[in-house]
Amino acid sequence: MQERLKELQQEAIQKIEQSSSLKELNDIRVAYLGKKGPITEVLRGMGKLSAEERPIMGALANEVREAIATTLEAKQKDLEEAAVLEKLASESIDVTLPGRPVKVGNHHPLTRIIEEIEDLFIGMGYQVAEGPEVEQDYYNFEALNLPKGHPARDMQDSFYITDEILLRTHTSPVQARTMEKNQGKGPIKIICPGKVYRRDNDDATHSHQFMQIEGLVVGENIRMSDLHGTLEIFAKKMFGEDREIRLRPSFFPFTEPSVEMDISCMICGGHGCNVCKKTGWIEILGAGMVHPNVLEMAGYDSKKYTGFAFGMGPERIAMLKYGVDDIRHFYTNDVRFLKQFSKHE
Amino acid sequence: MFVSYKWLQDYVDLSGVSASELAEKITKSGIEVEGVDVLNEGITGVVVGHVVERVQHPNADKLSKCQVDIGQGEPVQIICGAPNVAQGQKVAVATVGAVLPGNFKIKRAKLRGEESNGMICSLTELGVEAKVVPKEYSEGIFVFPQDAEVGTDAIALLNRNDEVLELGLTPNRADCLSMLGVAYEVGAILGREVKLPEIDVQPVNEKASDYITVKVEANEDNPLYAAKVIKNVKIGPAPLWMQTRLISAGIRPHNNVVDITNYILLEYGQPLHAFDYDRLGSKEILVRRAHDGEKFLTLDDVERTLTSDHLVITNGKEPVALAGVMGGANSEVTSDTTTVLLEAAYFTGGTVRKASKDHGLRSEASARFEKGVDPNRVRAAGERAAYLMARYAGGEVLEGASEVNTLTVEPAVVSITLEKINSVIGTNLTVQDVEAIFERLQFTVNVEENVITVTAPTRRGDIKIEEDLIEEVARLYGYDNIPKTLPIGSATPGKLSDYQEKRRIVRQYLEGAGLYQAVTYSLTSEEKAAQFALEKRDFIRLAMPMSEDRSILRLSIMPQLLEVLKYNSARQNDSLAVYETGAVFLANGNEVLPEEQEHLAGAVTGLWHSHSWQGEKKAVDFYVLKGILEGLFAKLGLTESVTYVQAKVDNMHPGRTAEIHLNGERIGFVGQVHPTMQKELDLKDTYVFELSLKAVLEEATTALRYEAIPRFPSITRDIALVVDKETVSGVLKDVIQSAGGKLLKEVSVFDLYEGDRMEEGKKSIAYSLKYMDPERTLTDEEVTKVHTQVLEALKTQAGAVLRG
Repeated sequence: MQERLKELQQEAIQKIEQSSSLKELNDIRVAYLGKKGPITEVLRGMGKLSAEERPIMGALANEVREAIATTLEAKQKDLEEAAVLEKLASESIDVTLPGRPVKVGNHHPLTRIIEEIEDLFIGMGYQVAEGPEVEQDYYNFEALNLPKGHPARDMQDSFYITDEILLRTHTSPVQARTMEKNQGKGPIKIICPGKVYRRDNDDATHSHQFMQIEGLVVGENIRMSDLHGTLEIFAKKMFGEDREIRLRPSFFPFTEPSVEMDISCMICGGHGCNVCKKTGWIEILGAGMVHPNVLEMAGYDSKKYTGFAFGMGPERIAMLKYGVDDIRHFYTNDVRFLKQFSKHE
Repeated sequence: MFVSYKWLQDYVDLSGVSASELAEKITKSGIEVEGVDVLNEGITGVVVGHVVERVQHPNADKLSKCQVDIGQGEPVQIICGAPNVAQGQKVAVATVGAVLPGNFKIKRAKLRGEESNGMICSLTELGVEAKVVPKEYSEGIFVFPQDAEVGTDAIALLNRNDEVLELGLTPNRADCLSMLGVAYEVGAILGREVKLPEIDVQPVNEKASDYITVKVEANEDNPLYAAKVIKNVKIGPAPLWMQTRLISAGIRPHNNVVDITNYILLEYGQPLHAFDYDRLGSKEILVRRAHDGEKFLTLDDVERTLTSDHLVITNGKEPVALAGVMGGANSEVTSDTTTVLLEAAYFTGGTVRKASKDHGLRSEASARFEKGVDPNRVRAAGERAAYLMARYAGGEVLEGASEVNTLTVEPAVVSITLEKINSVIGTNLTVQDVEAIFERLQFTVNVEENVITVTAPTRRGDIKIEEDLIEEVARLYGYDNIPKTLPIGSATPGKLSDYQEKRRIVRQYLEGAGLYQAVTYSLTSEEKAAQFALEKRDFIRLAMPMSEDRSILRLSIMPQLLEVLKYNSARQNDSLAVYETGAVFLANGNEVLPEEQEHLAGAVTGLWHSHSWQGEKKAVDFYVLKGILEGLFAKLGLTESVTYVQAKVDNMHPGRTAEIHLNGERIGFVGQVHPTMQKELDLKDTYVFELSLKAVLEEATTALRYEAIPRFPSITRDIALVVDKETVSGVLKDVIQSAGGKLLKEVSVFDLYEGDRMEEGKKSIAYSLKYMDPERTLTDEEVTKVHTQVLEALKTQAGAVLRG
């Protein structure tokens, strides 16, 4: 009997190890461990054994069952794992095929520049002020120290609608309006972005419609050195920490003294190239101390208040920053152009 | 203004300062030097030659065979094609080995069988702009005066060994529209003296006032008019040095008298005019406003019709010059002129500007009057011109001048404190620092107890107020030397307004939804201005448009966006989604500013979605755009306030367009562009929307409040309804919602069937209804009760029956 059990164990284990499917394995389980299996059979014959032999044989039978069951389990696990692997293998895909595109648009490059400048100045305590694109001659010119017949009006030939109404030629009227609204009180710290219009034929460097962004600070004791410091922060944040700035005297009717700011050329680093016309410097913006006439006209006491203002062209900045070679690209809206401005930098 | 580096040295010592160094210094202290032109760049080997013999080329009609002495022994043979080459001339010869502009190398050559050892040059071949070459040499070679020495450097003789600084002058610095003005500026920058030009008139014993009387009727426009008379002049070429200086400054030489007036214009900034005294027709000058409709032939042979806005110089009867702008053909100096009447006058800027603008005559002279000449330099300029006419045109200057002078010249006196200067600039300058700066500018300074009083010379008409003095100090101190600080004082909160913040959210949302932002023009054509307008208003038209296409302010953004689609479609991008935010302009009447309403427009064409290798493709349809809008309104908390109403909109598909209503007000539309227009624009199916962004963003957002997440299960009932084809889903949904009451949490469409299996004129539409009570679990009986009410309402109110 003992030998029979050993034989069965050996036989079963051998079959288990040779089996190659879960079904086969199940058949072996039923065949050997089932109620009708040979081990049960053997145990049934235990009645014929002596009282001493019976527990020994019982223990042996259990041992054999145990061994077969353990082997069965291990084999089942192996077979299951193999099945999973096989399934996974059959599911494999070509990971180099392109993914499902996510449809995303992006800001127009000019909006991108404007928001960048807005955010920079918001961080310095400025608010964003906006105003009408169709303006009164008064706010566009007169309130900015450009009375009728002033020679500087030639500098910006304008689109008039009536004698007194025109498309604004700069965003400066927003400054005049903001000062007027504040009724002679400070402080004012604003940045004014928007569309402006001038009588220019559209070509690679001119556009009858373009953007401007201006800043204005009015308060007691605002100094030219404050303008200098503010512009330096702007230039370095906008164009890179290694940019140098240079201020040059200039003329605008609404500021006195007036300033133009150059930055060291970002293309050649200041050694001279075609972009900076071999000067090493690139003109970026105009600025100055608010003209006392402008302050007085808006109701400020120019003995008590001073201020500075600056203005620049987002198109020019975008052209320099991204190397865009034709201003018309901004208004043609070729998607091959627009989509290039999605990347974060 | 073009400033010759060599000429400038007549007035100020430039030793130790090269032209490019000077340019840098001028730029940094206030006047932008836009370029430095090296006139002889790339030119070598050009000498003065003497044409000792000229014969016809044996084999070519248009060529001459010349023997030219170039100071190197035997004359050399040169073949020349210029029609004006002649024996005895002194000419500029590019010798063999010479280089001309454009790296043009001169080599020994054979021309039609004859040897040529060099080239006789025209001025343009030597780098002179054609428009300033004297007329007599414009079709051929340049001829030197006879005293030119053979073999010497022709480039030097032509004053081309010079550099020209191009000044970009701002309107306030009209003082630098003259060599003297530039000399004062450079003197201040370098701290060097300014030397004035020589005036040494030896008048003959006759008085100008015996020849001419001057009357001025328009004193306000013409406060000073001085007439000098120079007789026995011999008209001929001006000296070569003067001609070449004019050429470098961009003015074409004519004859000695005209050239002298132009030379003074450049030197003093004072325009002068020379009349032929004998052709004047009277012994009188009368300055007056023109009569309306008065005719006048200017010396460019154009007949001008004048108005009373224009100031004219007359001979007592008829005009002989348009003041400050251009002389008349009737009194022009010609080669026969012997007596010159020289006008030195002060015309006010406004008068001259009006005339030059009305007649389209912008000249060097009118530009200077417009910007304001130095009132103290008018007479001196006239004297200097008379002196030069005596010296270089053989004239005799009559004593004195006939003049009318009502001009009062008060130099500007401005006082300022040192504190003010330092507090505006942000510096710590001393009184001595400031004084030194004004002295360099040759301004008179007087200091009394910290009050600095400055008298500015009349040439600097731009100095009027304290701030002008501050600028002078700052610029000569050096802007770059100003410290860098930040404003101090009460802090201001830096932030966007609610409106601006929401506008950014709209942009980000739309871009996240796949639309690119476009920016288009506000000006459009009459045809497009009215298309798709939400409100019909009068056109706002430019008084003087540059073209019809850009003549009217837009009433909607859509036509421009469709242009963008058209442009891209024509370039193989026929599936595209764009949006724009921007103002449209609604007229409010003639003399009032229009209402500027910010709009949002979007346009999507072609495929909305495609994933090529998986074979997926989906063309844009109405519901794509509606979905985008629904998401947008949800983001802005406006889902409950917005409704869509089937509507007809011009240029839109009549069956696939809805108006967008916000709280019952129409604020925009969404739908398909009319197929006819799609075809015109060559677009695939295109869906668009435009709405008043202003209306949307001004609608107050409600505060965000957390709503408890339901703890009890919901019960869903699906129903399929059969309704008339015309019944729209919105109506059914309204019925369901009002009948469902507060237990009905959600209604959604999950199927629409309009196929063959339906009865004629009917469609089936299926809804999923979700019932829930946040406080407890609903029983089946409760739900059935409400659901029965819903079905009943659908039947009675919408004629909808359950599909069998």
